[in-house]
Amino acid sequence: MRPDDVSLVISLCRARAGLKISAEKTYLIESRLSPVARREGYESISELLAAIRTKREEPLIWGVVEAMTSGETAFFRDRAPFETFQKDIYPTLSRARGGEPIRVWSAACAAGQEVYSLAMLNEIMQAQDPGVRIELAASDISTRALEQAQSGIYSQFEVQRGLPIRLLLKHFEKVGEQWRLSASLRRMVRWRRVNLIAGLAAVGRFDVVFCRNVLSGLEPPFQKKVLEDLTLVLPDDGFLILGAKETAEAAGEAFSPVAARPGLYRRNPAFRAAAAAAA
Amino acid sequence: MKTCLVVDDSRVIRKVARRILEDLGFEIAEAADGMEALAWCRAAMPDAILLDWNMPVMGGLDFLLKLRTEPGGDAPVVVFCTVENDVAHIQEALDAGADEYIMKPFDGDIIESKFAEVGL
Repeated sequence: MRPDDVSLVISLCRARAGLKISAEKTYLIESRLSPVARREGYESISELLAAIRTKREEPLIWGVVEAMTSGETAFFRDRAPFETFQKDIYPTLSRARGGEPIRVWSAACAAGQEVYSLAMLNEIMQAQDPGVRIELAASDISTRALEQAQSGIYSQFEVQRGLPIRLLLKHFEKVGEQWRLSASLRRMVRWRRVNLIAGLAAVGRFDVVFCRNVLSGLEPPFQKKVLEDLTLVLPDDGFLILGAKETAEAAGEAFSPVAARPGLYRRNPAFRAAAAAAA
Repeated sequence: MKTCLVVDDSRVIRKVARRILEDLGFEIAEAADGMEALAWCRAAMPDAILLDWNMPVMGGLDFLLKLRTEPGGDAPVVVFCTVENDVAHIQEALDAGADEYIMKPFDGDIIESKFAEVGL
């Protein structure tokens, strides 16, 4: 790739989605963008980017940005956060809410494996206690990812990443060489497109936010902004779940880590009060 | 060190599986069909068995049904690993006492994920 093509991709991704992409990752840019170029009818990535330079068409630009956001994912990824949700977070919040439904948001849901893992977990929890009430919402910046997620259709490779075979048999049906999640689980999730760096005031309120392995892909100023905006989404006793190797340090006092639970944070109620007083 | 018996009539598959499982810290034994596998198990019961379905002499399902009636044969964790990828086969394997099920083709991530699933 030509250096000016690489810098165009980097600047578009930063401006639109806050993404941090290193100029050394040319191979990554190439592997993500060649399918986009093909799909849009261009001979090469270079031609695709030349068209973006001259026409500045939003759908083309977003095609590039969306392709660069997609990441690795799996059902029940890292396992621990799901156990923590079932054993600690849900019981704590449910007691505090007197049995009101607990609202959970999978931010940056990609192809939906995380939110559907929560839907399956909800079934398991309801089998033990019919009083369990969980509402699920999921969002992504990529409309293509949202479409795949809503379809609930996964390849044989995808359903073998993190998904126990008994859950595959219970909740999926085989369609050709692919597997489709049951309609009842798909209906549990409300979907919408959200660009996390564009402000979260309209997103609504959630008791628990799964935002794993997203912030580490953003430029530091955007990490801070997203974390601070998340304090508007979470109630005083809400939980934020980041990737096990991520921290909320960029937002100072906004969140406090939960001991012995890597990536798990509680909102710090004093933070917003302090911010309001300062303003 | 935990032991895993890799049962597959393809030498190539056994070699690939051996490399992946050795990286996960298993000591590996190999068998080319169910009868050979049964002989291994009678000599020393492994902790885990990675099991193909279609093999000459004795297939994976027949082996599994026999294994579970052997003394100590309920102990090994059995993970099927086969090209059979329809619901009926998977159900039959679980009913026969399989713990997990891998649909070929597989890679290191899938084996690692499935073995973690059954606590290995």
